[in-house]
Amino acid sequence: MDFVILGQLLNTTLVFSTALIFASLGGIFSERSGVVNIGLEGLMMFGAFAAAVGGYYAQEAGMGAWAPWVGVLSAMAVGVIGSLIHAVASITFKADQTISGTVINFLAAGSTLYMVKLIFEGSGETPLLDGFNKVAIPGLSKIPVIGEGIFNSYPTTYLAIILVIVIYFILFKTPFGLRLRAVGEHPSAADTLGVNVNRMRYIGVMLSGLLAGIGGATITLTTTGTFAHNTISGQGFIAIAAMIFGKWNPLGAFGAAVFFGLSQAIRNYVQLFEWSKNIPQEFIFMIPYVLTIIVLVSAVGRSSAPKALGEPYDPSKR
Amino acid sequence: MSKFKKIFATDSYIVPLVAILMGFLVGAVVMLIGGYDPIAAYSALFKRVFGSPYDFGEAIREMTPLMLTGLAVAFAFRSGMFNIGADGQVMIGMTAASVVGIKLAGTLPSFVLVPLAVIAAGVCGGLWAGIAGFLKAKRGINEVITTIMLNWIALFLSNYIVRTFLLLQGQNRSEDIPASLSMSFLFSTFDNARLHWGTVIALAAATFFYIYLWKTKQGYEMRAVGLNPHAAEYAGMNVGRNVVKAMFISGVFAGLAGAGEVLGVFHYQSVFAASPGYGFDGIAVALLGLTHPLGVILAAILYGTLTYGSAGMSFGADVPPELIRIVIGSIIFFIAAQGIVRWVLKPFYFKRKKEKVL
Repeated sequence: MDFVILGQLLNTTLVFSTALIFASLGGIFSERSGVVNIGLEGLMMFGAFAAAVGGYYAQEAGMGAWAPWVGVLSAMAVGVIGSLIHAVASITFKADQTISGTVINFLAAGSTLYMVKLIFEGSGETPLLDGFNKVAIPGLSKIPVIGEGIFNSYPTTYLAIILVIVIYFILFKTPFGLRLRAVGEHPSAADTLGVNVNRMRYIGVMLSGLLAGIGGATITLTTTGTFAHNTISGQGFIAIAAMIFGKWNPLGAFGAAVFFGLSQAIRNYVQLFEWSKNIPQEFIFMIPYVLTIIVLVSAVGRSSAPKALGEPYDPSKR
Repeated sequence: MSKFKKIFATDSYIVPLVAILMGFLVGAVVMLIGGYDPIAAYSALFKRVFGSPYDFGEAIREMTPLMLTGLAVAFAFRSGMFNIGADGQVMIGMTAASVVGIKLAGTLPSFVLVPLAVIAAGVCGGLWAGIAGFLKAKRGINEVITTIMLNWIALFLSNYIVRTFLLLQGQNRSEDIPASLSMSFLFSTFDNARLHWGTVIALAAATFFYIYLWKTKQGYEMRAVGLNPHAAEYAGMNVGRNVVKAMFISGVFAGLAGAGEVLGVFHYQSVFAASPGYGFDGIAVALLGLTHPLGVILAAILYGTLTYGSAGMSFGADVPPELIRIVIGSIIFFIAAQGIVRWVLKPFYFKRKKEKVL
């Protein structure tokens, strides 16, 4: 196999993985605090929409290379606002978390398209953006394969990889991370020790909105350039799968996200390989999903979800 | 405690009704913010659904798969599982019905062929969901992740089967399916709306759901496993077997929805570019219906009316049809977060109490 292709494949893999990395990291924050987040899909939609609109207006205002960053900031803000709906319903009003997550998906699908049509006079799609450009890191980008593959990527990809490490550190090496996890494992014990359970959960859910928002923004600002009804189409659910696959651990989720990114990248390159000519394309598309199930069956076994996941915290029920 | 129960009992219909009203209200506010006339929009919506026999028939057609996928998700929910995979199960059901309906046509009389195609759809949908149930029972693998994976696999598998074995030359769809669930005797009454027997199947499925879950020993076990698998196991129930069985039945419902769509509505199967989304509507319907079969039917009627009518809303009042998702989302939100509804209703409760005191 050609090494140039290998480098390009790695690069495309990372492009497709980036959004999944952000969103699954977001999911980890929410679920580690004990709140199920089926709403990642919707939160990504909010982010993708906000990035497309924010980025577009910043571009119109002549902000040039900074415009995509305005898009990312808008996505963070709108993602957090969207996640608050989930937080209020599931934490304050103790609604079923699966249900309020589903609500996010519905509201996001409806309201983003509604607003796109309002803002852009009936068009179902935002105008095409310039988005991010790839940034080659001097020196490192000259390494064969890896240089082409990793060190010549979008800024969001670098940010995602850095965040994986930072969030791993936050979750497992800081008091904040300990409290967040405690609230998801044994809320009443955490409460006894003076941790404000509901506040920690609000923070967890809002961080998930923030990160899933960036994830959605990544898609409009790097791959599609616009926001339409099919911009996200299932990525949020794949991010949930990546989070579970990665056992609610940032490093695991990163690995799983790259795995799914690879599956999308393979589609672009599959025609280039001689051996794949005789295999129906559908079976090649299926590989990552079948592999995921096989890996789960053979290796991972029992899932290790946070113990209090899905249970609203009620101090009167010890 | 009994007082608490009483409030719950009287609330059981008030809360959903108020939640629906509040959902419409949120929609109206959003329309006002967007500069639209909510009254014109809502009346255009209902006029679209109830304005002509054709549209009314088509709205019923729209409700049918919603009922079945809603039942599928609700049944799994009752047994303690979240079936995100109804979408894949619908596709597998469609494919099974298409294969039987096309490949066995001509060899069998239609009164054998059609039921056979429907049964194939149900069984294959059930087996597809059963994979997730089996993996959960045997290996403890989270059904959320397996059903998501199975959705994608179903999409590609269905496309492969349609493209390789059933393709209509030069088209991106299967040959026409001779087996038909259409209710042709109603065509003239409903101005050629695509009504089909799937609706009757859906109502039968809801009846089965109710009787099985609340009137049989097996159903009792299933609910027990859904409420507390550890307690059920301690009581000597086979949790794993119940999990597989529950997923199978759930998948049968979804598979039947697929049969209705290809045998009753389209009469061919398309190659899908992306997931058709039946399963996600099913989740919403199941939640709107509080995972009770009667509730699911009512929810499917509401959901079908709103989505079918939303097209009229955009013609009649120029409102983007996506608005309806905001309405549906808000309704589910208020049903889920009943605390908010109770908080809104509180002043009325106080009034009633005061009257009693006086």
